Amino acid sequence: MRWGFLCDLLSGVNKYSTGIGRIWVAVVFIFRLLVYIVAAENIWKYEHDEFECNIKQPGCENVCFDHFFPVSHISLWALQLIMVSTPSLLVVFHVAYREKREKHHNQKLYRSPGEIDGGLLHTYLISLILKMGLEIVFLVLFYKLYNGFKVPRLVKCDIRPCPSTVECFISKPTEKMIFLCFLVATSCLCIVLNLSELSYLIFKYSIKCYLKRYIKKRQ
Amino acid sequence: MDWGALHTILGGVNKHSTSIGKIWLTVLFIFRIMILVVAAERVWGDEQDDFICNTLQPGCKNVCYDHFFPISHIRLWALQLIFVSTPALLVAMHVAYRRHEKKRQFRKGDQKCEYKDIEEIKKQRFRIEGSLWWTYTSSIFFRLVFEAVFMYAFYFMYDGFRMPRLMKCNAWPCPNTVDCFVSRPTEKTVFTIFMIAVSSICILLNVAELCYLLTKFFLRRSKKAGNAKRHPNHENKEETKQNEMNELISDSCQNTVIGFSS
Repeated sequence: MRWGFLCDLLSGVNKYSTGIGRIWVAVVFIFRLLVYIVAAENIWKYEHDEFECNIKQPGCENVCFDHFFPVSHISLWALQLIMVSTPSLLVVFHVAYREKREKHHNQKLYRSPGEIDGGLLHTYLISLILKMGLEIVFLVLFYKLYNGFKVPRLVKCDIRPCPSTVECFISKPTEKMIFLCFLVATSCLCIVLNLSELSYLIFKYSIKCYLKRYIKKRQ
Repeated sequence: MDWGALHTILGGVNKHSTSIGKIWLTVLFIFRIMILVVAAERVWGDEQDDFICNTLQPGCKNVCYDHFFPISHIRLWALQLIFVSTPALLVAMHVAYRRHEKKRQFRKGDQKCEYKDIEEIKKQRFRIEGSLWWTYTSSIFFRLVFEAVFMYAFYFMYDGFRMPRLMKCNAWPCPNTVDCFVSRPTEKTVFTIFMIAVSSICILLNVAELCYLLTKFFLRRSKKAGNAKRHPNHENKEETKQNEMNELISDSCQNTVIGFSS
């Protein structure tokens, strides 16, 4: 069970998405997932081994690393990718429910089970709002945990058993910062895409609703 | 999701590319992505472990490594390959959009569209004309821009394309100017030069493809203008427009051979 499962999930949802939704899937696949797997994972691979403190006191390095990196950047990145893709499952479940209903009643209840109308539209909108919410939550979490999106070269640590204030050096801080900025940029792009899709759908269906009412009134 | 998945996505675009575009795609996958995965990652695999500085001062090695390699060659190439491959997706999206429209027309029972079934629409190969020409040309233009930007970034960050054996570092906390030794500098230089050479070949291919498309465009235009001049009395303006529309519709509804033959 690796990233292939997420790929299958998102590809499956692609069928029921709008054009903007498909662009979102492409951005997630190529600029987030692919970059994570191909480049980012390797940068953080030996982060604990390469974290070096200016002291020989056993345990000091471990304690300091744990203090400054409660959750590693890369783990948080992976969590974000998973959580942000999951609201799409709501749409998949709803479509499956519709198809099951049609089979059960043995008659055509919907124009097409996969078409975004009625209840499915509400589910789709909720999934968009959840996606945006989760993206923002993770960005705020990154910002709060690491005091911004900078990765310092040096951190000062004085937690027991370190005997005094000790200097600890982080490996590849510049490279990590570049990829963190890349992560933030792609997250923001995804938020913008989700917002545009939300606005587009609300606008489109409001106009539809309004026109229906207008035609009814005239009749 | 890995390079194989990217290959699958871009392979779909291959059908609608010109011959030069197909060569470019082959060069990209065989001489860049495959070399990166199979060889270059191994060469750069131990880069920080085997980066040795002539000091026992803790932290000096980390700081010096970070100073000389703000972003590793391998990661920069991976990013370059991703960015350079992405404009082809614009073409894939445009083709998907056209197919979607054709399917809609077919389902409505539009008589203008002469397809036997939906499978024919799925397998149809589009000619690079009209709006697809603009999308395709823009994608080549963006590819060129990304290639140039990354080549320049490489040159700027590493002061040329050579990997030195020895670097002198005096960043704090190194106590004085310390000698630091890079692991496998010659092998890294060889691969760097190879990747730069292949990037340059890709740039040349893209420029050639752009020139080819522009030449075809202007030739087609002058042919149309020539035809219009030759028959001014037989057709008035509306008839000409109607004929052009009919031509476009029948062109886009026919199955055509892959891209252009060279």
